[in-house]
Amino acid sequence: MPLYHTEDQAMLADTARQFMADEGAIAKQLRHFRDIGCKDGFGHGLWKQFAELGFTGILVSEADGGLGMGHVEAGIVLEEIGRNLTPSPFLTSAVMAASALADASAELKGRYLPGLLSGDSVFALAIDEGKKHRPERIATRAVRSGNGFSLSGTKDFVVHGSSADMLVVAARTAGADDDAEGITLFAVPRDAAGLSQDAVRLVDSSMATHLRLDNVQLDADAVIGEVDGGREVLSRVLNAGRVGAAAESVGVAQGSFDMTTTYLKQRKQFGKLIGEFQALQHRAAHLYSEIEIARAATIKAQQLLDAGSDKAELMVSVAKAKAGKAASLAVREGVQMHGGIGMTDEYDIGLYMKRDRALAEFMGDMFYHADRVAKLSGY
Amino acid sequence: MSDLEAFRQEIRAWLEENCPPEMRQPVHDEDDICWGGRHFQFKNEAQKLWLTRCAAKGYTVPDWPQAYGGAGMSPAEAKVWREEMNRIGARPPLSSFGIWMLGPALLKFGTEEQKVHYLGQIARGEIRWCQGYSEPGSGSDLVSLQTFGEDKGDHWVVNGSKIWTSYANKADWIFCLVRTDKANKYQGISFLLFDMESAGVSTKPILLISGNSPFCETFFDNVKVPKQQIVGELNRGWDVAKYLLGHEREMISGAGGGDRLTTIGAVLNRAGLEDPLLRAELAMFDVDALAYGAMGEKFLDEIKVGKAHPAQPNMMKYAGTELNKRRYELLMAGGGSASLEWESEASDGGSRARGWLRTKANSIEGGTSEVMLNVISKRILDLPGA
Ligand SMILES: Cc1cc2nc3c(=O)[nH]c(=O)nc-3n(C[C@H](O)[C@H](O)[C@H](O)COP(=O)(O)OP(=O)(O)OC[C@H]3O[C@@H](n4cnc5c(N)ncnc54)[C@H](O)[C@@H]3O)c2cc1C
Ligand SMILES: Cc1cc2nc3c(=O)[nH]c(=O)nc-3n(C[C@H](O)[C@H](O)[C@H](O)COP(=O)(O)OP(=O)(O)OC[C@H]3O[C@@H](n4cnc5c(N)ncnc54)[C@H](O)[C@@H]3O)c2cc1C
Repeated sequence: MPLYHTEDQAMLADTARQFMADEGAIAKQLRHFRDIGCKDGFGHGLWKQFAELGFTGILVSEADGGLGMGHVEAGIVLEEIGRNLTPSPFLTSAVMAASALADASAELKGRYLPGLLSGDSVFALAIDEGKKHRPERIATRAVRSGNGFSLSGTKDFVVHGSSADMLVVAARTAGADDDAEGITLFAVPRDAAGLSQDAVRLVDSSMATHLRLDNVQLDADAVIGEVDGGREVLSRVLNAGRVGAAAESVGVAQGSFDMTTTYLKQRKQFGKLIGEFQALQHRAAHLYSEIEIARAATIKAQQLLDAGSDKAELMVSVAKAKAGKAASLAVREGVQMHGGIGMTDEYDIGLYMKRDRALAEFMGDMFYHADRVAKLSGY
Repeated sequence: MSDLEAFRQEIRAWLEENCPPEMRQPVHDEDDICWGGRHFQFKNEAQKLWLTRCAAKGYTVPDWPQAYGGAGMSPAEAKVWREEMNRIGARPPLSSFGIWMLGPALLKFGTEEQKVHYLGQIARGEIRWCQGYSEPGSGSDLVSLQTFGEDKGDHWVVNGSKIWTSYANKADWIFCLVRTDKANKYQGISFLLFDMESAGVSTKPILLISGNSPFCETFFDNVKVPKQQIVGELNRGWDVAKYLLGHEREMISGAGGGDRLTTIGAVLNRAGLEDPLLRAELAMFDVDALAYGAMGEKFLDEIKVGKAHPAQPNMMKYAGTELNKRRYELLMAGGGSASLEWESEASDGGSRARGWLRTKANSIEGGTSEVMLNVISKRILDLPGA
């Protein structure tokens, strides 16, 4: 398969680009919801529009009422989200939770998918425990209790946690904290007794929570997939989230880069456009090259995931690390090349820097993923 | 089974049967590369057999038309060919400036007669070409070149000198940029082809820091070049030259080389890797290398169907060569003092150190990294004054 978009994908990209530029624009979404101090950090109206366009069902199978598309298509939407810094629960709900639910019982699908498809529901993932992403270690426990389970533990960096109608929680049903096996995923409703969340606003104005599970009682039908066999589902959810975050990072990088090159063609100093200075040209050209490469790695990873290739794991980590690296460079160069006004809140370039930082941490930063590339390569 | 899958099976079976086991070993030395040409000394029978078999099927230049010695493969088929070659680690049957550079230029600018004649020779590995672009006073600023061809009716008489001419002392013919109008800078250059055995051509090898001497100073003293040996129009050779440079840069970028040699962490680890900071550098490198591998694949897919930006080979050349230099820096560090050995048998005649030094030329030859960044600024980013 060639590493570029098919005609259908290119059409979707056109639609998504136009839609996000109009409706998901920084002034309309990010700044608006930030400035009114919105507790969700995103707008439900736009989420409904996503649903009307079918975006929320991209990764839901046709049999389940979705579009039955793949990670390439989800990535197309995410790149536009990134480019416009559009605050949206798309990645956690329509990409990650949808990937988890793909494996769930008919009962769970029936309970949650309609809300996703209609844009009425938002989902979140409770995976991380601690400041850094390290899903190899899960200490949250789920013990058998009655005809179900009782969950206890704490989770961090639960993005959109307090807005979510349902949270996918990774807990341990067997083994020691560091064991690969013995993980089970649960669909936990927001109002479950014993579930409490401490919401925090992050640097990019998005919302996340510190989550506590205090003997949260769940029926057995809340289990997603197999008891003790959740590692496989989890790894599918993580792959989806990581490659999705990579696509969003590529969008952030591109948006920041476009803004910066535009500025280089407008700002004059020393009687010249600053874009005439070779010192800046070379850095811009280098950055262009890094973004192109990050995009190639990302689409490669998306295609491998969609094809079910055994090389997908490795490439997903490559994509997440490379996109993170490129986007980080893009926002740093972006602020620097804007000079003083790059430091002002009035200019959007700083917003890119903030979003990049949050995305970098989400589902593992470049150090985590470079380490993972090394491990998967045998060193 | 799709047509492409059937094609893959066919190629796989053909390779299985026809690619000699010796030709599935990684290339170690310069003389493992088959350059072809009048005076080429095959290293062994396998190398010769592999060339003969591939040439008979058009596989030395799989995507050239059959009429010119190729196999007429579509972009998708050519990709399958590359993938299947990479899968078994097959060496290219033939490497040459004719394939990488002159061929594509002739396909675009050559007359029918030139195509049939020269492309066939290239595909069969009969004639080895060298590139006469750079001059002592004209490197990055190539268009300032001074080698002059005086019009003598049915031929030109060429005088001047070139420098850094790779393999000039081993090549049979040269494609050469010659000024044919002193009054016009860009539109005063012609693209000429001539035999290196012509009277008045001489070469003088230059020794590189790697201890090898793969390139020369090349002198032209009243060299007669018949008029039909021009490619494209008179004084419009710069267009041909630039087009060819795109292909040269694509080649130097290493795009499409497959994953086998791109990552190095695992290789160095097998030799014992104890330094955690080096491991970290290797991991970051492998991320970049694997990402660049995807970029190479995407670039080739796009360029074959006209989706790539026309200046994209410059980006590929920049990124690919800078990456390769980094690769060798890490290989040297990973090898420690063993990688310093210059002549010993254990070091295979200092192959790592020599290879490391050779890579430093990657970001110079075919246009320097700085020039690539200039071109990206101007043609892709449209920055002012670039
Ligand atoms: C937090 C903060 C506090 C400040 N406090 C003060 C203060 O108290 N008093 C005061 O007077 N000023 C102050 N400044 C202003 C500061 O000195 C300027 O922002 C700075 O000199 C850069 O000028 P500029 O913002 O116009 O950027 P520009 O000059 O427009 O630069 C934009 C970009 O172009 C690059 N560039 C410009 N010229 C060249 C060139 N020839 N070659 C290569 N690159 C070039 C710059 O490096 C930069 O990356 C402050 C700025 C900040 C951010
Ligand atoms: C191994 C090897 C093989 C080669 N093979 C061939 C061959 O077969 N045929 C052939 O014709 N040539 C060949 N070359 C020559 C090669 O194309 C030139 O070396 C190259 O174009 C650079 O020219 P130069 O060496 O004159 O360097 P210069 O142009 O003098 O450059 C010196 C430095 O200045 C920088 N510089 C120059 N202009 C600018 C600018 N505008 N902006 C910023 N920086 C700039 C360069 O990037 C470089 O770092 C080969 C070179 C090497 C090293």
